[in-house]
Formats: sequence, structure tokens, C-alpha cells
Amino acid sequence: MSQNTNKATIVVFSGDMDKIFAAFIIATGCAAAGMDTTLFFTFWGLNAIKTGEPIRAQSFLGKMMGLMNRGGIHRLNPSRFSFGGVGRILFNKMMSDKNVASLQELRQTAIDLDVHLLACKMSMDVLEITRDDLIPEVENVVGVATFVKEAAGSKIQLFI
Amino acid sequence: MDVKPDLVQDSIGQLCPMPIAFMARNMKKLEVGQVLEVRADDEGAHADVPAWCEQTGNEFLGEEPADGFFRYYVRKTG
Repeated sequence: MSQNTNKATIVVFSGDMDKIFAAFIIATGCAAAGMDTTLFFTFWGLNAIKTGEPIRAQSFLGKMMGLMNRGGIHRLNPSRFSFGGVGRILFNKMMSDKNVASLQELRQTAIDLDVHLLACKMSMDVLEITRDDLIPEVENVVGVATFVKEAAGSKIQLFI
Repeated sequence: MDVKPDLVQDSIGQLCPMPIAFMARNMKKLEVGQVLEVRADDEGAHADVPAWCEQTGNEFLGEEPADGFFRYYVRKTG
């Protein structure tokens, strides 16, 4: 097995806007430095790779969760000063005033630099998110063994 | 600085990580030995451009101030 090759592996657990910023900025930096970079999206992190269309949940609880947890990367709230959704608008304005790339632009930049996007199957099952609810750039739906294999051969492993 | 760039990248007004992301893309367009000039006004670029070169094995030739921004010169080595 290849140990410590030029790879970076990041688990994206959080669905907080600010933490997703960190994840995509680090991933972009790793990929730009020539590292083979993989992002594993699990639980709330899946919101960063959802299409944003209403999810097709079957159970009552799944539908309620889909409603509460609706929207894609446009709808993420910051981890502090969320103010029930107003914080997102304020943050976006502050960042665009300072010419920081938006989350959508950063995600596209990561995709253009061949960052691999993987989604956790178990959390998709729990939240009743299907492959069709995720953006087409997501390469695969995987489990923990895939993460372990990638992380074991990576110089950088992060959990965000 | 007495360097003739083969490609010029305008990153003026861009913040981290965009100058580095564009550098990675632009360096792919160059042949070994050719030089990329990056124009940037982000203060982080002073540290980040040489750091990127060290990480990727490309040669950092230096920087020089211009009118409200800096020019960074990088030679593709591998």
C-alpha cells in the first residue's frame, strides 16, 4: 500500500457555512499544490454538495428532516451569528464587499482542480438523501473503508 | 527585475485561495523553463507564492513592487 504519497483527505462533517469555506479553501490549496485531494462529505456536510432541490424522502421523519435541513450550498448558515438566517446574508455581503470568492465559486474552483467529492452512504441513508439529491460532480457514494484507504495514504488528513 | 514572462496572470483584487488556484492552472499551460508573472495585491501572496513554489518544486525568482500591487516571478521546473 502506498503510504504518505502526495495526497490530502478531508472529512467534511459540518454544514456550517464558515467551516465549509475552510474545507474548500484548504482543498483548493492542496489541489493547487499538486496533491491528489479528496473531500468526504458526511452528515451536515452533505448540504454543501446537495443540488438544493427538495429531497425525495419517503418516511415522515425523513420528510420533516428534509424540510428542516432543506437547501444546498446557498443556504448554509454560519456557526456563529446565524440570527435565524439573517447572518448568512450579512456574511455573504461582507465577503462579497471584500471580494472573497463565494462558496459556489470556491466549490467550482475545487472541482476544476480535480478535487474528488465523495459522499457518505450511511448518513445519506439516515437523512434520506439519494444520489439524485447530490450535484453530478460527486464521484461516488462510499463508506468508511474508502475513507480509511485514502486517509492512510495521505500526508494531510483533516476533520472539519 | 530582468525577467521576461511568457505568461502574465492578473490576480489584482483576488483573495486567498484564488491567486494560487489560478497559478496552478496557468503553470500547466507553460513549458519547462518558461516564466509566469503573477500580479497580486493580496498581502498573503508574499508568503504564499514562495510557499507554493517550495511545495510544487517550481522556482521562485522573486518579487518586485509596482503601482499598488506586486509582481511575482515563477519559473516552471518540473
